[in-house]
Formats: sequence, structure tokens, C-alpha cells
Amino acid sequence: MARKLHVFPQQRESRRGLSGSAVYRWLWLRDLILGGSFLFLLCAWLVLAASRWAAPLTPVVAISLSPLALPLYAGYSLLRMLLAYGLALLFTLLYGHVAATNRQAERVLIPLLDLLQSIPILSFLPAVVLALVAAFPRSNLGLELASILLIFTSQAWNMTFSFYHSVLTLPRDLVDVCRLLRLRPWQRFLKLELAAATIGLVWNSMMSWAGGWFFLMASEQFSLGDRSFRLPGLGSYLQLAADRGDPWALTLGLLTLIGLIVLLDVCLWRPLVAWAERFTLEEQAEAAPPRSLVLDLLRASPALHWLRQHVGQPFWEAVAQLLNRLQPQPAGTSALLPGLQPAHHERPRSWLRRGGALLILGLLGLLALWVCWQGGQLLVQVPPATWGRLVLAAGVTWLRTLAALALGTLWTVPVGVAIGLSPRWSRRLQPLVQIVASIPATALFPALLVLLMALPGSLSLAAILLMLLGTQWYVLFNVIAGAMAIPRELLEAAALFGVTGWRRWRTLILPAIFPYLVTGLLTASGGAWNASIVSELVQFHGETLRTFGLGAEIAAAAGAGNYPVLLAGTLLMAALVVLLNRLVWRRLYHLAERRYRLA
Amino acid sequence: MTQRQTSEADGAVILEAQRITHLYQGRGEQGRSGHAPVVLEEVSLQIRAGELVALLGPSGSGKSTLLRILAGLIRPTQGEVRVHGQLLRGPTPSCALVFQSFALFPWLTVLQNVALGLEALGLPRLQRLKRALAIIDMIGLDGFEEAYPKELSGGMRQRVGFARALAVEPELLLLDEPFSALDVLTAANLRRELLQLWYQAKIPTRAMLLVTHNIDEAVSMADRLLILGADPGHLRAEVQGLPRGQREPHSPAYTHLVDLLYRLMTSPDEDGAALLAAEEPALVQRGQPRPTRPYQTLPHVAPADMIGLLELVQARGGRADLAELGRELQLELDELLPLVDAADLLQLARPEEGDLVLTAVGRQLAEADVQEEKRLFRQQALARIALLRRIAEDLAAAPGHRVDEERYLERLREHFSEGEAEAQLQTIIDWGRYAEIFTYQEEAGVFALETDEETAEQPTEAAGETRRSNIR
Repeated sequence: MARKLHVFPQQRESRRGLSGSAVYRWLWLRDLILGGSFLFLLCAWLVLAASRWAAPLTPVVAISLSPLALPLYAGYSLLRMLLAYGLALLFTLLYGHVAATNRQAERVLIPLLDLLQSIPILSFLPAVVLALVAAFPRSNLGLELASILLIFTSQAWNMTFSFYHSVLTLPRDLVDVCRLLRLRPWQRFLKLELAAATIGLVWNSMMSWAGGWFFLMASEQFSLGDRSFRLPGLGSYLQLAADRGDPWALTLGLLTLIGLIVLLDVCLWRPLVAWAERFTLEEQAEAAPPRSLVLDLLRASPALHWLRQHVGQPFWEAVAQLLNRLQPQPAGTSALLPGLQPAHHERPRSWLRRGGALLILGLLGLLALWVCWQGGQLLVQVPPATWGRLVLAAGVTWLRTLAALALGTLWTVPVGVAIGLSPRWSRRLQPLVQIVASIPATALFPALLVLLMALPGSLSLAAILLMLLGTQWYVLFNVIAGAMAIPRELLEAAALFGVTGWRRWRTLILPAIFPYLVTGLLTASGGAWNASIVSELVQFHGETLRTFGLGAEIAAAAGAGNYPVLLAGTLLMAALVVLLNRLVWRRLYHLAERRYRLA
Repeated sequence: MTQRQTSEADGAVILEAQRITHLYQGRGEQGRSGHAPVVLEEVSLQIRAGELVALLGPSGSGKSTLLRILAGLIRPTQGEVRVHGQLLRGPTPSCALVFQSFALFPWLTVLQNVALGLEALGLPRLQRLKRALAIIDMIGLDGFEEAYPKELSGGMRQRVGFARALAVEPELLLLDEPFSALDVLTAANLRRELLQLWYQAKIPTRAMLLVTHNIDEAVSMADRLLILGADPGHLRAEVQGLPRGQREPHSPAYTHLVDLLYRLMTSPDEDGAALLAAEEPALVQRGQPRPTRPYQTLPHVAPADMIGLLELVQARGGRADLAELGRELQLELDELLPLVDAADLLQLARPEEGDLVLTAVGRQLAEADVQEEKRLFRQQALARIALLRRIAEDLAAAPGHRVDEERYLERLREHFSEGEAEAQLQTIIDWGRYAEIFTYQEEAGVFALETDEETAEQPTEAAGETRRSNIR
């Protein structure tokens, strides 16, 4: 029995068998060196960041275009992203858990989330920045927090939806097992809800990070009314480089950003995807599960193994004991006398619960009323002529989003199908496409402007291009996935019956990828609207360039502190996005689900 | 280890259910028509220490619901469950459940899956490991501790399911068709090993309740058999199992009991007590008259499957033993009974003393070619299925010969749960399409008459739809 208590006896033996303790000692040495330098960098990074955060408030930081400053700026930006992501994850777990397990809360939380998701992120900017800077008037903390919160709003919603959906669709048998074995709430949350949601969360986290990079650029440098703000970071560096027309710095900045994204992909996302493979609900082993070199290294590391056994496990055991004490196991039977009905005993508790729920609901209702009242007062100040202009602007922006989607579809469908149908190419290109997709369009935008400024209608064109750059990847990913999912038998049948050329596209490929295409376009459409705010109005070479559109209206209103118009524009955009989703995309989606799903 | 005494069921009562009645509760609104469909009606049963009880019943008899009520997962609408005299209000440590689908956590290793219940108890790590490893050892999973469920075969997975249930040392083990997802050989192997552990009292379990569709399984394992009837679920009969020595297949007592059970199960409308009265009293205890059927319920079978069965019976001279048919086709009760039920309903065949006997029309149909087959099927379906007849009449009268499905769904919902109402309609659609009584356009949810003039009249969308639905 004692022998079995070792968790990895085979591995140890094989290692010793390989070439004795020399290899083992070398592995330890390697771990110590790698781990030590990692810890050192981490400490230096945090100390630097902390000193920047606690320093007296400097709204506009002087940015150095020297290459030597780049690692520091990259560090600042990365920290903002990490903190925002941590916040988004925390929010996701709390909000998603409550929404999925509490029927009453669900009725409020899910429509609210739907609304939050369709509010353009930059509309949050003035309120968040002004409030936080006012809260921390003496240090940079408020400004940094504002930037983090903005990034958070670009990361949280899709993750929350993913988690909520996973918890809602848990297999019934597994839920029953948890109840039968009387798992405590925290155990159920960790072992069932979180575990089942992991894969969805990892993929959505990757999407969220791409979205986060997109808005990091916008959240490091902006002006509100007559106040300008600039935080040290990669986004500020790139904008300044473009503004000064310094191609060398621009290239270096972009390379740093791409390097950072690749590093994160290799060291964080790929290992996570490979690790998350164990959380698939399908019971069959997959033919070629995703692998990660870094994960293999971590798994084989003796130092980490030692740490897990001697620090991690006892620590976790202690935490578990503590949680167990906080959440006792529910009793299954009651020793009631036969005559006594259990309902009598339950009544006071359910009353208490109902009362509490009513109280919370009432408070929320009051809050909603107050928000509506304030909002209404603001909206009353918007003159009819401005409303007319806003609606017209919305129409123009809508046309731009359509153009971007059409262009995106036009090139991604043939390319995506070509990649997806060739196993060799899809294996080689998919990781590359993933990395390319997470390079934020906003980082390329300054460079793009430099190129396009000479053309007529340049900004309008540039806006469409930015929307395209920001959203085409969703479409491409989905088309590739759709093409890969076409059953080999169908392709063979088509070949056998001589179905080729356009007929093959019409009868096989297009219907087969249709559901995937719709999914991609649905995400892309929302993204395009959001991108309009950063692309229709830009600061360039010290002057403000703008084109007619709803995004420009919102950006201008935010910059000028014109809150009535900002609110009107934001509400208009949110309403349009929700409406388009409901009337166009959801319907197309259901049609696709019903008629073209290959299952 | 002491040999477990042959169970004369003199043990103490472990679990007792009293007059369980359960109504189907849909999500949200409580049945539009005002009354919720009844799933279980007035079911009472006792389980005593030392016995293995089998629960047999056709689909729709609420076996799974009953099992989940006994496990404390569902609260019955009326009636109560007591464990050792204490009122059951939720899952208790006294009962564990083994699932048909195994219900393993794919992200936990075998060891972690088995130790899950112990972790919930709050046992310290070493104790957990020790107990889990002991069970793993006993159940024959040694060497697989660190494997994940997806690396295991079905049989090994279900062993994990058993180990997980046994690890918390339950007094009563509830088994929800635990062998039916396994192939025949694996199932037999696992069954035998479970019985060995049970007979030799190597497991702390004091009683078992086995839900099954497999009559052979029930007869070879159970000390007592409870037969449920459907629509709504009720206790039809209680039959004493064979003494352990006589559970050899092909022994006269065994064959006799299997035949008796088939006879019981294939005559759902007969009074169980009356049917059993002719049997020797030692074997049979009691039965309960069946409540009247409120509405014609269609078994969910594809017409082609049923006709396949008829042809097979015809090839044997128009009469075949159901037990043999089931064994030969490897069909369990939940697959075989609906086929028999459908043939009976259409008066193509009828069950007689454990045999299936073709009627005159049935013989004719079994010999016919495709067109004739369809004609006979249509004739019987229109004569015997009220709803099909009604749809046909409505279609003949309706303008444009199109009728919305919602009309019929509405009526079905008055008698069935939401899901069952839809399943009933789906079966009607399958049968009606097969019989060429109507075509059905899935996306519009509309029945239409299939006539050549009609397709000529509406050449555009509707015709395309029709063609598509025909292809499907």
C-alpha cells in the first residue's frame, strides 16, 4: 500500500534508468536557474510598476522613443493587461456563477450583460477616468486603474457569457453525482462548474486578450475636454512614433508588441490550451490533442514537482479543511417525528430568503430608476437636430461596417476554405493565423494612416480598413473551422458524382461553412461597430482628423465632455447593435443551426 | 469473510417509500392546460437488508424518476421516502447511485473520481487515498489509478462508477441500468463480479435496487422483482425471484420465470394480479390493477423496424417466442417492447403467452412488396390511430390542404409532458410520412397532403421544401 502512495513512481524509475542521478541533478540546476531568473524579473517588474503607480500624479508622461525604453513600456502595458484580465476573470466567475445558479438573479443579470456587451467601450472612458482620477488626486493610481478598467470592459463580457453557458449546460448526471456524494458548494464549483467551463474560458480568454490589446492602445493616451492624459506604455509609444513620423521607432515598437504577443502565446496560451485538453466532456480520446513544449517542460520539472508535493499539497489541504469548516455538508434525512411536516421547519428560512431577495430587488430597482432619471435628464438636453445628425451618422457607420464585413468575407472565405480543406496547410498555418489575429489593429492604425493620408476620402477608407483589420480574423477562424469540419465522405461523394467548380461551392462548401460563417460575422459585426469609435476620429500630427459617422460623434462628445450627446450616441449604438443581433444575426444563426448543421 | 445468507428477506427495512405520486413539473409555467401529467401514481415499496431487488418496466413507467426519488435527488409531489424510519429530504450517505452513462468526471483520474465522495466527507488526504485505493484494488482497477476515464474501455469505466459509489460505504446501492451501455460480454463479466462481491459480503452494501430493461439480467440477479406499468407509472406486480441455486439459464424454473415476465410485460392492459393468479403462490406475491389509459400513447418506433420484426416472425411460421427473439436480436425490453406494442396497436401481431403471433394482416404485410407494405400500413394506421385519422380528415377539409402542427401539439400537451408531447408528434410524423398519409414541412411545422396537382400548383418554395423533406 505504501508504495502506491507515490504519485509518479514510473517516471522516477525511468529517469534513473536513463542515465542516473547526473541528469536528475542537471534538471534541478536548470529549474533553479530558470525559476530564479524568472522570480528576479518578476520582482524588478513589480517594484518598477509600484513606484510608477505611487508617484505623484502626472497626467501626461514624457515618452522616450529610445529603443532602450521599450522593455519598460512593454512591461507597463503587460501589467495593465494582466491586472485587467485578472479582474475580468474574477468578475466572470462571480457573475456567471450567480447568473447560472440563481433563477431570480438570472432574469436581471443576463439582459444586463447583453446590454453591457453592446455598449461601445470607449463610451465608458470619461466617466471612468474622471471618477478615478478624482478618487486618487495625488498619485498615478487613479489613472492606471482607469486604463485597467477600460481594458476590463473589453475582456469581461464574452468570458462571462461563456462561463454562464457552460454552467447552464452541465451534464445532468454529473450534477446529480455532485448532489448524491453531497459535495460542498465550493467543491462543486471547483470540480464541476469551473472544470467544465475551462476550455471555453481558455479560448474566450485568448479572444479577450486580443480585444484587450486593441483597446490598450486607446486607453493609454486620450484627451477629455481640455485635459490630456498619457500613460507610459507600448500604445503611447506607438502613437507618438506615428505622430512624429519616425518609421524606425514605429517598426521597433510594433516588433516589440508582436514579440510580446508571440511570447505570451508560447508561454501562456499554448500550454493552457494543451493543459485544458483534459477538461473536454467528450469521453473519447482525441486523435491529435494540442501539445505545448513549455507545458511538457513544466510537467517534467523536478523542482515544480517538489514544490507541488511539499508546498502546494499541504497548503491546499489546509485551505480545503478551512473551506469545509465554513461549508458543512447538508444532511440528507431529518429525524423528525412522523406527525411533523417538514414544511413547518422550512418556512421561516424561506421567508427570510424571500425577504432578502425582495430587498435586493427593490434596491436594484431604485438604482435603475435613478439611472434612468439621470439619463433622461441628460437626453432631454439633446436637440432634435442633433438626434437627426446622430441617426444619419449611424447610417453611415452602418454602411462602413457592412463594407468591412463584405470585404472580410470576400477574402476569408476562399482562403479559409483552402486552408481548412488541406490538413497540411491548416496544421501549419493555424498557429500563425492565431498570432497574426491577436496583433491589435489599433497598433497598425497609425502606420496605416501614414500610408493612406495621401488618398482622397482617406479617413473614411482608413476607418473601413481598421474595422476590417480588427474583425476579419473572427471570420477567418470560423471559416477554417467550418471547412475542417466537412466530412471526408461528403467531399469524396462530391468528387465521385463529378460535382466540381461553382456547383461544388454551392451545394457543398457554402452550406457546410454557413453556420460557422454566421458565427464569425456575428462577432465581427459587434467588433466593427466598436472599432468605429477609434477609427472615425483620430489625432494625427497634432491635429484632429474626423469623418462623418456615429463613432466620430461619440468620440468627439467624449473628448469634449458633451455628456448628453455622448449618452445619446452610446444608447443609439447599443440599441443598433442589439437590434441587428436580434433581427439579423440571431435569425441567420437559427436558420444555419436548423438547416445546415452537419451533425 | 462470511457467506451472505440466502436472502429470505427477513432483514430490517432499510428504505421505504409510501404512496409516491409524482407530477411532471415543466420549467416555468405549470402545464398550460392546468393539470400536470402524472409520472408516478401511488407507488409504495420496501427494501430490506440482504436483498437485491430488480425494477422492471417499459419506457414511460417512470423507473428513472422513481430511482431518483429514492436517492433523494427529486422530491415527490406526494408521499414520502424513509430511510431507517427517517424522512428523506435530500441525498443521504446511506444510498449511492451507479449511472447508466457512468457519469464520471472526465477531468479527474480514476483515483480522484473514486475519492470524490470521501473528499466531500472532509476526510484527510491519507485516509482518503487509503480507502479509495482499497476499493480500487477490490473492484479490479489496480494499475489504472492515474488513468483518465477517456483512456478506459466502457467496462473499466463502469468499474470506476461502482468504485465511486462503494467508496462512501452506502447501505443501499441504487443501480440505474448499469450494464446496458456495455457490450454483452463485458456486461456479463461485470455482473458476475458484482454478484461475487455481493454474495461473499466483501462490500459493505446491505441491499441493492437494480433498474433494468433486461429480463435475463433481472431473473439471474434479483431476489425480488417489481414490475412497473406505464402511463402513469404504477406498481403492477411483485414477483419473487428464483432461489440462488436455480438461476442457471435453461433450467426449467428460469425459463418459466422469463416467459412469465415477458407475458406480463407484453400485456400492459391486463390486470397483473389476475394474470399472476394462475401461477404458483410461492413465486408471485401480488399485483395491482392498472388505471385506465387516458389517451392513446404511441410507442416511439420506426415503421421499418417494426416491419422487420414482423418479417422475422413470419419467417418462423408466424409465431415466435419473445424471450428468444430478444436474446437473439440482443434487444432489451426498452427496444423490443415498443416494437411489440406498435405491432399490437396496429393489429399486425399480438402477444400471446410470451409469444408474438402475427395476425392475418400482419402475415400479408410481412410477405408484401414495398408498395403493398405501405398500403397495408396506411390502412391499419388510419383504422387504429385516432390522431392520424384526425390529421388526414383535417387535411382533406382544410383549404390548400395544409394544417399547422400546433393544433395537435396543443392537444397532446394536455395529456403528456412537453417533451413527450413533442416525441408523440414526431412519431405521428414518422408514421404518417411512411404511410404517405401526408408530407410534413419541418421548418414551417405544417402538414400537407401529398398530391401531384398540389406540387404543380405551388412550384416555388413549398415544392422545394417538400422535396427536401422527402429526401430526408
